[in-house]
Amino acid sequence: MTNTDTILIIDDEVQIRRLLEITLSANGYKIAEASTGKDGLIHAATTHPVLIILDLGLPDADGIEILKKLREWYLKPIIILSVRNSEEDIIRALDHGANDYLTKPFRTGELLARIRVAIRQSQGPSDDPVLIFGTLTIDLASHIVRKKNEILKLTSTEFSLLALLAKNEGRVLTHQFILKEIWGMGYQEQTQYLRVFMAQLRKKVEDDPAKPTLLNTESGIGYRFGG
Amino acid sequence: MDFPDNRPNPDELLASIIDDEEKSKRGKLKIFFGMCAGVGKTYTMLQAARVEKIKGCDIIIGYIETHKRKETEALVEGLEVIKRNRYQYKSTSVEEMDLDSIIARNPQIVLVDELAHTNAPGSRHLKRYQDVQELLENGINVYTTVNVQHLESRSETVTQITGITVRETLPDEVFENADEVELVDLSPDELLQRLSDGKVYTPERSREAIMNFFRKGNITALREMALRIVAERVDKQLHVYMQQKQIRGPWKSGSHLLVAINYKVESMRLMRWAKNLAYSMGANIQAVYVETAHHLSSKEDEQLNKNINLAKQLGIKFRIVTNNDVVSAIVDFAQKENVSHIIVGKPRVRNLFAMLRLGNFVNRLIRYSGNIDVYILGSDSQSKGRYRERFFVPSFTSNLREYLTVILLIFITSVICYVVKDYIGYQIVSFGLLFLVSILAIFFGSGPILLAAALSALIWDYFFIPPQFTLHVGKPEDLLMLIMFFIIALLNGILTSRVRRQEQKIRIREERTHALYQLTKELNTASGMEEVSHIAMKYVQKYFNLDSAIILKNDLNLLEGQVQQGTVINLSENDFSVANWVFRNSTPAGKYTNTLPSNTNTFYPMAGNKGNMGVIAVKHPIIFTQGEEQFWEACLSQISGKFEREFLRNAAKNTYILSESEKLYKTLFNSISHELRIPVATVLGASDTLLSQSYPEETRQKLYTEINIASIRLNRLIDNLLNMSRLESGHIKPRLDWCDVHDLANTVAETLKSELIPFKLSTIIPTDMPLVMIDFGLIEQVLHNLILNATQIAPVGSVIRLKIFYDNGFLNIQLMDRGPGFNPSELNFVFDKFYRGKDAKAGGTGLGLSIVKGFVAAQEGTIIAENRVNGGAKFILKIPVKIQDLNQHLKTED
Repeated sequence: MTNTDTILIIDDEVQIRRLLEITLSANGYKIAEASTGKDGLIHAATTHPVLIILDLGLPDADGIEILKKLREWYLKPIIILSVRNSEEDIIRALDHGANDYLTKPFRTGELLARIRVAIRQSQGPSDDPVLIFGTLTIDLASHIVRKKNEILKLTSTEFSLLALLAKNEGRVLTHQFILKEIWGMGYQEQTQYLRVFMAQLRKKVEDDPAKPTLLNTESGIGYRFGG
Repeated sequence: MDFPDNRPNPDELLASIIDDEEKSKRGKLKIFFGMCAGVGKTYTMLQAARVEKIKGCDIIIGYIETHKRKETEALVEGLEVIKRNRYQYKSTSVEEMDLDSIIARNPQIVLVDELAHTNAPGSRHLKRYQDVQELLENGINVYTTVNVQHLESRSETVTQITGITVRETLPDEVFENADEVELVDLSPDELLQRLSDGKVYTPERSREAIMNFFRKGNITALREMALRIVAERVDKQLHVYMQQKQIRGPWKSGSHLLVAINYKVESMRLMRWAKNLAYSMGANIQAVYVETAHHLSSKEDEQLNKNINLAKQLGIKFRIVTNNDVVSAIVDFAQKENVSHIIVGKPRVRNLFAMLRLGNFVNRLIRYSGNIDVYILGSDSQSKGRYRERFFVPSFTSNLREYLTVILLIFITSVICYVVKDYIGYQIVSFGLLFLVSILAIFFGSGPILLAAALSALIWDYFFIPPQFTLHVGKPEDLLMLIMFFIIALLNGILTSRVRRQEQKIRIREERTHALYQLTKELNTASGMEEVSHIAMKYVQKYFNLDSAIILKNDLNLLEGQVQQGTVINLSENDFSVANWVFRNSTPAGKYTNTLPSNTNTFYPMAGNKGNMGVIAVKHPIIFTQGEEQFWEACLSQISGKFEREFLRNAAKNTYILSESEKLYKTLFNSISHELRIPVATVLGASDTLLSQSYPEETRQKLYTEINIASIRLNRLIDNLLNMSRLESGHIKPRLDWCDVHDLANTVAETLKSELIPFKLSTIIPTDMPLVMIDFGLIEQVLHNLILNATQIAPVGSVIRLKIFYDNGFLNIQLMDRGPGFNPSELNFVFDKFYRGKDAKAGGTGLGLSIVKGFVAAQEGTIIAENRVNGGAKFILKIPVKIQDLNQHLKTED
């Protein structure tokens, strides 16, 4: 059913579409293009893309509305393209089911990496209960985390947090999402918990907590594991 | 050497220049002037119109009365006629000139017959000359006709000569200000011939007319008057001409007439006479009314208003002064105004007392007036006895309750006296009653006092003076005492009530002064149109008990229905057009005025020094008494003045904003155009090179790098501009959230990774640093800009130090570098928009630090810049924050 290598670009800027087409074609993807939200919905239904790149500022509709309509039936990854300084829009998009976001202007290398991560994750979580990131090993089954073969002493919350992020490697998770997942409903505004545990977790997990490589901050939005 | 008489008066010269300027914008008024009906004014006017028409002038007929004369009707043919308006007045329908159609048609010249005509009720103006003035205001030239008997100042003389009362009159000013007057003259014999030929009226009417009005004697007198007026006019024009051209000649001017008027009908004649005198002398004229303690009856007040209106009609400047001494008031005023002639009416002499007073008045006036000439004009026999001088006649305006109270009090006192009379004696009783009358005079008007005096005298006589219970007085000394009692009681009462009245007047005046002061005070503290309007309406309600609405002009100096908030009046479409008329013509209109009196509201222009500020509409107006009108005008001028100041303030503010934004625009233009062009030029140049030729891989890589760097620079500029515009628009609302400052510092260091490569960034954050409540994004941008700034000026390899700590409610951020630091003179400007350090390297917009300051201020923080002791710059930020202790949470977890 799904066209395994077609990516749909919904963006009204012809220059951005051209740039994306060049870059993505050179990396072996097929491209479908739409310049309006309406066209985008039609193309999504007809081409069955493996991933959709959606611009939030469309001429005919609010990108969030298009996102909601797509999400009624489309289960593959959607990456949001947006201008800067609109953190609220990005958070809304992520909360409405977008997998990732990039702000314009963006680096193409970064875009390609995000696409790869998104596609990989959409193919389902790995069955292997042991996740390995360089020297860090996370055993989801036995709740044991090793760094350089030494067992790290993590509290249960710290472990849940680390596991949640690691399972979504490369993907940005919003503060609210994490809070809801770890602490449950009613804690979405209690960001101070998240800050404290994140700081603590970094001290334990990162080689240099001041220059984190695994537990990265997406300023104003959330956290991303690795990538 | 002194040539006071030969020198053109500079004020007059200036006035004539202003006159000329005013006139050039206005239409020109040409009057065809005749001694009476039938001389052929309309005919001559139509002939003149045809001549103009042949010359190609756009000339139309606004209103012509042909009286069905054939020759005249023939002349109308071929000229465009504006259709008249038809009004239904009672059972008859009346036709009037359609003013608006003429204004809309906007011809060069319009013919309007019979300038002195009174319009039908329901028309916009009471009088046709007002219509004509509006036409002139609109730049339309007008040809019109006037008969000599219609001139206000001559109407009375005409009545005296012909015995016919002239109803339709024209203010002299209109005639005097006409640009051209053409005399249409006919000898009396010829006129009579025309009449009997039936060329003027139908045969029967002609016969009747010859019998009544057109007697040869009358006609000759009227003709002489008309000729004289035109001759005087020519004379005056010559005078004006000579003065303008600075020709020295026998100046008649420099004379300044003052006519003193009062509340009597004689004053009207006095003013007409004085006006004629002034006209023939070429003198200025003004009138003065001296307000004394004398209480004006409603009739007198009405007459005074008529007199004042006449003064306005005659073009006499009018003033009111208050002083109980009429003579010294007149003389003082005359001296202040540099008057050369005082004109007063001769008071009528009816009795000895009045004669004494008159002698006193005239003598004193002559004695005190010094070198000012005094004219005393005799009174008119016709009006003799119509108004009496009053001294003792009380005003019976007091109400019934006052009379009853007085009777009751006297009755009670009498009863008490009757009870104690055996102990004190009947003579002492008289003192008691006298005392009571004096006391009563303080509280009651002269009517009740008169009653009290008479009643108490009667009671004393009847009940107390022996023989008791008769009016008969036994002893002659008792009779003497009774008479004295009555006179003393009366005098006492009258004098006291007079003082009281005076006091009342002063009190009213004081109250008004106080009210005006209050209004001024409150207006001065107000700011903004809304508030001023509010106060104005409040005071109109408070002092005049009137509902009002204020309509202000807009920026284009037009009145377009911007009614100020807070009014209780609903204005109709029609009201707005009246308001608009008032605004354009600077004349009150509506009820109790000469314009559109059928409207229920009255509209007053709010005149400032430079044009009108708007219009104030008053619902259910009242007829103002003289004092009230003055007070109203004073209030209005205060309000208008305040509005004018508000308008000026707004204008000044706009000008300032404009000049500031212009300056800003220039700086922005210079700085941005440079900053935009350089990276664009790089991208364009490099990409062009890559496209045109094939270069070795190494060169290509270098060019790619250049394009990349230029793009990053462009991106940074755009970010700064966007941030700046976010700040400027005031749309920055900090999104406060708990923040780990380690995270903050790391994020910034990460984004500036490549720029920081040649430096050593040393971040110092205490280990027990709590979480702080800030906008992560904004502070990240702040740190980004500060650190980027440092990387651009600090020497390669130096340490950039970032210190963050919490102290007593404030998040402290300090950034230090080892760059050149600031020139002490520019420390105050480093955060200014587009300010760039004198020693700054090329590039940069001067936006970075102003954005920093803006973002810090958005979180109510402060930032200062200073030089470090051992060289380099230091920025110190202090942001008030809430904190949360980090460790507490960990403890609960473990």
